Amino acid sequence: MNLTLKIWRQKNASDKGKMVEYKVTDISEHMSFLEMMDVLNEQLVNSGEEPVAFDHDCREGICGMCSMYINGEAHGPDRGVTTCQLHMRMFNDGDTITIEPFRAAAFPVIKDLVVDRSSFERIQQAGGYISVNTSGNTTDANAILVPKENADKAMDAATCIGCGACVATCKNSSAMLFVGAKVSQYALLPQGQVEATERVKNMVAQMDLEGFGNCTNTGACEIECPKGISLENIARMNSEFLKASFKG
Amino acid sequence: MAILDSKIPKGPLKDKWTTYKDKIDLVNPANKRLIDVIVVGTGLAGGSASATLAELGYNVKAFAYQDSPRRAHSIAAQGGINAAKNYQGDGDSFYRLFYDTVKGGDYRSREANVYRLAEVSANIIDQCVAQGVPFARDYGGQLDNRSFGGVLVSRTFYAKGQTGQQLLLGAYSAMNRQIARGKIEMFNRHEMLDLVIVDGKARGIIARNLVTGEIERHSAHAVVIASGGYGNVYFLSTNAMGSNATAAWKVHKKGAFFANPCYTQIHPTCIPRSGDYQSKLTLMSESLRNDGRIWVPKKMEDVLAIREGKLKPTQIAEEDRDYYLERRYPAFGNLVPRDVASRAAKERCDAGYGVNATGEAVYLDFKSAIERYGKEQCKLHGIKNPTQEKIIEEGEKVVEAKYGNLFQMYEKIVDDNPYKTPMMIYPATHYTMGGIWVDYNLMTTIDGCYAIGEANFSDHGANRLGASALMQGLADGYFVLPYTIGNYLSNDIRTGKISTDTKEFEEAEKAVKDRIDFFINNKGEHSVDYYHKKLGKIMWEKCGMARNEQGLKEAMAEIKALREDFWKNVTVPGDANEMNPELEKAGRVADFLELGELFAKDALNRTESCGGHFREESVELDGPQKGEAKRDDTNFAYVAAWEYKGEPADAVLHKEELEFNDIELKQRSYK
Amino acid sequence: MSGLLKSSIGRKFAMALSAFFLMLFLLQHFAINITSIFPDNGATFNKMSHFMGTNPLIQYVMQPVLIFGVVFHFVMGFILEMKNNSARKVSYAKNNGAANSTWMSRNMIYSGGFILVFIIIHFIDFWFPEINTKFIQGDWSGLHDGEFRYFHELQHKFLAPWRVGLYVLGFVFLALHLLHGFSSAFQSVGANNKYTRGLKGFGKVYAIGIPVGFIIIALFHHFNH
Repeated sequence: MNLTLKIWRQKNASDKGKMVEYKVTDISEHMSFLEMMDVLNEQLVNSGEEPVAFDHDCREGICGMCSMYINGEAHGPDRGVTTCQLHMRMFNDGDTITIEPFRAAAFPVIKDLVVDRSSFERIQQAGGYISVNTSGNTTDANAILVPKENADKAMDAATCIGCGACVATCKNSSAMLFVGAKVSQYALLPQGQVEATERVKNMVAQMDLEGFGNCTNTGACEIECPKGISLENIARMNSEFLKASFKG
Repeated sequence: MAILDSKIPKGPLKDKWTTYKDKIDLVNPANKRLIDVIVVGTGLAGGSASATLAELGYNVKAFAYQDSPRRAHSIAAQGGINAAKNYQGDGDSFYRLFYDTVKGGDYRSREANVYRLAEVSANIIDQCVAQGVPFARDYGGQLDNRSFGGVLVSRTFYAKGQTGQQLLLGAYSAMNRQIARGKIEMFNRHEMLDLVIVDGKARGIIARNLVTGEIERHSAHAVVIASGGYGNVYFLSTNAMGSNATAAWKVHKKGAFFANPCYTQIHPTCIPRSGDYQSKLTLMSESLRNDGRIWVPKKMEDVLAIREGKLKPTQIAEEDRDYYLERRYPAFGNLVPRDVASRAAKERCDAGYGVNATGEAVYLDFKSAIERYGKEQCKLHGIKNPTQEKIIEEGEKVVEAKYGNLFQMYEKIVDDNPYKTPMMIYPATHYTMGGIWVDYNLMTTIDGCYAIGEANFSDHGANRLGASALMQGLADGYFVLPYTIGNYLSNDIRTGKISTDTKEFEEAEKAVKDRIDFFINNKGEHSVDYYHKKLGKIMWEKCGMARNEQGLKEAMAEIKALREDFWKNVTVPGDANEMNPELEKAGRVADFLELGELFAKDALNRTESCGGHFREESVELDGPQKGEAKRDDTNFAYVAAWEYKGEPADAVLHKEELEFNDIELKQRSYK
Repeated sequence: MSGLLKSSIGRKFAMALSAFFLMLFLLQHFAINITSIFPDNGATFNKMSHFMGTNPLIQYVMQPVLIFGVVFHFVMGFILEMKNNSARKVSYAKNNGAANSTWMSRNMIYSGGFILVFIIIHFIDFWFPEINTKFIQGDWSGLHDGEFRYFHELQHKFLAPWRVGLYVLGFVFLALHLLHGFSSAFQSVGANNKYTRGLKGFGKVYAIGIPVGFIIIALFHHFNH
């Protein structure tokens, strides 16, 4: 199929940037979206132009590196997939596809479609851990019993890949699904209880500091999340946070 | 070969590690603050090492080319992690895990290292659970296990199909805690481009900031390479697009020996290539072979009809199907180890029976499993005389519960419903057992330069068993390196900060800058990918699942010629002082173009067949094992460690003889 | 507790609390208004209105609380909207919001804004005259020509078709606002248990039922006078 691509080009963080139109031809429907981008880039390199910079790595939907806003949706029109798992059969011959970077004040553009998601790192550093040293003398793994239901829910929350689609898709650029998932994982496990109060307060404080917007519960994040992280995790974070705040 | 000292402690196998730990020199906590350690790579090995070293009090500088440590490719591991916990009471023990690993590696790994790995495996699970890793639990709240890779016990711990992700996030959380404390300084979007050696000791690295293009000098008292394997030398592999051998290759060029490069694992169950544009291959968990039957058509006319789309696989009668694994290996059937299954698929496809347009695919069929489970369910639910539809419906439910996420992934990629029609699979490069040679301390042949995880030549010998890579990465990072590196660093407490204003740093930096300038200024005619794809094709065809003398010699010559052409005709757009993905790739492919040749040289040298390395010349000529791989323990029970001497073809071989005192060398038989 | 209102979740919580209060008020308001269509010619309605209009607890405690609640909900809503807008400095060239969220959830500021306009008109219609009568003129009798005035005032207001139309429109926006707002408020306070699903269903009934009820009352008086 032949396609018209409208792609955001921005040389660096301080450049203003603009949408630029490209044509690609003979795209197979079996290609992944990023393979289509590879074709475009090969074309650009061969004609002496600078290829479009975009983040990608594992290309199997788990590393969370890829991050495009395709035709008005984070990771494009398919559900439960990242951009690297999106296939061209979702599009039709002759389509015009708009490709933009994830946009949020807390995700500044580095170049073209590459954004800086280090705000997520700082939120995790604020409390996304359990304080246990490596020793080889920790209690036996089976000494900590975890009800299967809680273990499964913690696992569901922990499958977040930190791609930032929730922020990109949220009309408020809120990071609450991301933070809620991490808070929930630990809140559901006995190991996480000791530091629960400080953890949720610190992570939320850091999230606010980074300039993410506030959740208005539209639910868009849950729909666009490639891993299907549930809104339930935001509710759990809210109640954990309120509990922690009233404790003082 | 005196030059290679593996430094294996004396004493009985099972006491070596304990005795070693009791006797090593320690660094007191106040002095640890005076010592810097660089860790390159933040996957399971690098991440766990960084966190642990920082907990101990060292100042750690960690480097990742991705925008976060959490994105390292360890995250993609699906199945699980082995540990000799014996929670299932099925007779597991350190010795049994040790035995299985050495045997699985076709007796080409170092006994003492593997035993230590088995010993610390149990600690890993304890540590990860304490960190909040949500391993699967049973209804009693205890940890669940699954069996894996044809071993006789259930020792694999798992977190759905995302075990690697959860373990990495555990290590990442431990890192975050230390980053917050200021004990780890994290350099995301940075790539190591050279090692700096001062007075014979590794004292720092040159790194490029991938956002600004700035070349930076970083000093430390020791450098740890944890940058993973070199599977991307094949261009197409299950590795991440950015996975590269540059850090490993740079230390090799600075004096670290490179061991067993020809040991590569080709995983049998990957989604086949669909066209020339393909950028990477996707693995489907090995666990699928528990229920799937692998076959190709018996008749060539059926193959052709399928390729032309005139015939569907479901229309081929049972008697016209060749279940070749069951035919060749009646004892293990579809559950033979990875290397055997991969070679068998290649054999059928080479004979012309491949079932997709590229001729490189075989079927993995769940029909009989669905029927078997369906009948079982109907019986359980008391359904009398169920219709075929009902049986299939019930059976599909069971299969969905077991493999639902994999089936969905397959359907998203291939656009075929694997419940209704067999999956197509083909082997793909997955893991590299070879790597930088290290001694028992995990130190390379450069003082103060360590290699851990997949980056070293590791504990897996010539073939790695399923669920062992995660175990090794975390064992090295959490429990081995933090001890062994202390022994070395205890001599450095009075050294003080290492200056970067020395001629060694200056020279290394200049070499790095010159190379970058070359790429930017060379106005050639081919893109980096053009060369990478060509290299991949040579590697796959001549250094792939089956190798022979002639092919390997050709490969060496072709890679050399390709490399020379690369240095003349490669083109890299953009500037050096900005984010430039093409420039990053150029440096990595330049190194692959050297590594590939050494790979072929090593494969040429090893005229035996062992594990993932199969030489067509070395097969059993008769007897019940006729046609199977033939190991040569008399001549090849050694680690081939290569010393860099300029051109890869000139590399000098050093042998570390492998001694097996606690295990008897046997032929692996799956008939 | 300190700084709760400075945090994002604290603000959500405050929005939700004021929303709960307003939803309770709305229910109460509706319960009294519905009596105006009882076939007793406004007797019950007058009685209840007089009680509400003269009871000191209602007038001196609940009324200021209500005013505060309304003002707080609006001011906080606008502040949050502004903050949220500034969390994305460059907007998308193409954004397909309908693919993943309801119109109601994305346009709370507009439905809320229209409700604000409606409330101002509503105040001019009923509340200001009431304040004027009681607090400025000091007439707490509730009588006009010897009869309770409330029912007549109500009927009188719904004579003009434009006003009825405006009220109907106001209630439509209220319904849209509540369709998202009801369950959103529960989510904001962290409600997450086996009742959450049922609560969502009840929220839909409430969000449509109450405004439709108000519309029926308005139309009833318009056509039955």
